[in-house]
Amino acid sequence: MNKITQYLGISLLSLLSLPAFASLNIFATVPEWGALAKEIGGDKVNIYTATTALQDPHRIEAKPSLLAQARRAQLIVATGAELEIGWLPLVIRDSGNSAIQSGQPGYFEAASQVAMREVPQVLDRANGDVHAGGNPHIHLDPRNILKIGAALTTRMGEIDASNAEIYRANFKAFASKWQAATVRWETEAIPLRGVPVLVHHSSFVYLSAWLGLKDQGALEPKPGVEPSSGHLSALLERQKTTPARMVLRAAYQSEGPSQWIAGKAGIPAVLLPFTVGGTQEAGNLFGLFDDTIQRLLKATR
Amino acid sequence: MSHKPFALAALLAASCTVQAASDADLAAIRSQINEIKQSYEQRIAALEQKLAQAESKASKAETTATKAETTASKAEMVANEARLNVRQPQTSASAFNPEISLILSGSYTNLKQNPSERRLQGFIPSNGELMPENRSFNLGESELVIAANIDPMFRGTLRLALAPDNTLGVEEASVQTLGLGNGFNLRAGRFLSGVGYLNEMHPHEWDFSNAPLPYQAFFGNALGMDGVQARWLAPTPIFLEFGAETARAMSFPSTDETKSKNGLMSASAFVHLGGDLGISNSWRGGISYFASQPKDREYQDPLNGLNNSFSGSSRTWIADLLWKWAPNGNAKQTNLKLQGEYFRRTESGDLVYDTTTSAQQGSFRNTQSGYYAQAVYQFMPNWRVGYRHDRLSSGSANIELINNGTLTAADLPLLANFSPSRNTVMVDWSPSEFSRVRLQYAQDKTRPEATDNQIWLQYVMSLGAHGAHKF
Repeated sequence: MNKITQYLGISLLSLLSLPAFASLNIFATVPEWGALAKEIGGDKVNIYTATTALQDPHRIEAKPSLLAQARRAQLIVATGAELEIGWLPLVIRDSGNSAIQSGQPGYFEAASQVAMREVPQVLDRANGDVHAGGNPHIHLDPRNILKIGAALTTRMGEIDASNAEIYRANFKAFASKWQAATVRWETEAIPLRGVPVLVHHSSFVYLSAWLGLKDQGALEPKPGVEPSSGHLSALLERQKTTPARMVLRAAYQSEGPSQWIAGKAGIPAVLLPFTVGGTQEAGNLFGLFDDTIQRLLKATR
Repeated sequence: MSHKPFALAALLAASCTVQAASDADLAAIRSQINEIKQSYEQRIAALEQKLAQAESKASKAETTATKAETTASKAEMVANEARLNVRQPQTSASAFNPEISLILSGSYTNLKQNPSERRLQGFIPSNGELMPENRSFNLGESELVIAANIDPMFRGTLRLALAPDNTLGVEEASVQTLGLGNGFNLRAGRFLSGVGYLNEMHPHEWDFSNAPLPYQAFFGNALGMDGVQARWLAPTPIFLEFGAETARAMSFPSTDETKSKNGLMSASAFVHLGGDLGISNSWRGGISYFASQPKDREYQDPLNGLNNSFSGSSRTWIADLLWKWAPNGNAKQTNLKLQGEYFRRTESGDLVYDTTTSAQQGSFRNTQSGYYAQAVYQFMPNWRVGYRHDRLSSGSANIELINNGTLTAADLPLLANFSPSRNTVMVDWSPSEFSRVRLQYAQDKTRPEATDNQIWLQYVMSLGAHGAHKF
């Protein structure tokens, strides 16, 4: 027994004496914030992205690997607006990491930087999986990315003052490229103005508002509730009077319901990357918007 | 305007034919041509001006339209922000109210055997709260949870269980630190011990309607603590957590009826290890140890009605393993959860036979073990099926009173060697993460003389603030 304790003690000490991390450790809850932090941080940051574009961000579990990463993080970049309520509070609490607790500089929430859409007037779970803070899928409006990026740059500079200048310079370069790209996307997307669409889940509210797409309803009868055949039939019926021209879904959503309605209504079912990594082309934030607009334009032809 | 060149051509033609015309005539014609030219030029200029005006009007209209659009979108943003601002005072007035959630459950049970005759042969009754293993309709425990951050340092949780017999139990009342730093977390009060995997889970989080047999036999469903817990998460890329607890011996397998002893009555230690394998697999494993010193722990033998008691030491080892698989790590459509735990307990000390009358005492030692293994598969959104196998081994107790001939094995019938086992299958339907309806069938062979076939139809629902679940 004594020997075991000795070994345990030695291994504990060796764990404690791991070398200090040279760069800023960032824990991003979703790929878009990981990509944004990378644009700002460049090679000065280590980024761990907790989820992929193929995972439903509402259905993530507090996995042991997430706890281990949160323990080592100096900054959590989360969406907020209750998107991560099912796992992040627990991960932060159990991480034993004082720097990333809510209210600390090491906890950054993107949703508090932008104006939220679809803030419910009535909070009732009979309305499905509603978010009290509003629709949390804020990243599909490039103007939001810019606002969040500016705030994140400031925050990263506060935590890692020695590299604050670099973060500011990186962001400045990113912002000017981003603004030019935004103008380009807006020009390219002019044919999309007023195009009526159906969506699988209300994932594209900010995208629709930005591009002027007309949201004609969701395949999910209530947010987070699986599409039912009754609801799909009703949507198909409505297609006769107010026809939608395409049906959109995110890369992580099952293709069944949108394929069904697309087949019946004779409109294209469009898979959108939704976030960085959702399609091969959406390798970074620029690619995400390029590919999203190209896929939408292709469906209008 | 096409008639202008035509008119000019006509005039030219006329001037050619009248070659003999006088100079005066020519002058007159010239002046006429000039007049016509001037008047046409004026008209053209007027038309051009009109066109330019119309054009500028159109572009003005366009800019007005775009301005209106931006104003509209600005107004929308302002409205959103205003709404946020309006909401602010309302939320802040109640923001300090704790999170409150309520769990409601109930079941209809159909049992082949009389539930009052149920026992785990070979195992001392754990006196744990039995989930409704009664026949017909049963109200489950209604759980009321109130939790909130106390200040930047602490968080508090109260969990009350309202039993169907109208009694109120304090399941959990604990405070824990928030980010003590360096991976440390402390907890104090009444809480569920961190040993094993399922122990910390509350009944509404279970995948089956009742606890696995090892938990029923060794901990009376779950090991509760009135004490303190320390956890330390190592700063490693792989999940590695150490924990230790010390507590007043409160629930089975320890006892402290008199509450008159100072010091640490029972203690536990555990280590958990976990991580991911690729993007689709996650796992967690652990080893736990629990030791306590039960004193005069009395039980009634259901087979002869006599009361016996045990004093001595009780040591339990647990090994647990959990494996979760979901394609691409997206558990929404399909996922698989494999879980198993192995328990081994050694108790040694003194056994007092028939405490009320003869009260004969002799040494006692027994090593018992048990395990359960289960698989739960979500084959489509909202629907899951599961199978669980439980098995216990009572071991052969080394009882001095029997060895020296004072008693025979028939005097301690509950302790006779047996291996209780049970097979369970279930299907459940969860229209949302807040509600679940489950149908479960179990074949229960926990005593030698009878096999019980049990059917459960159960609902478990949660309302109010419902925080994150453990992995």
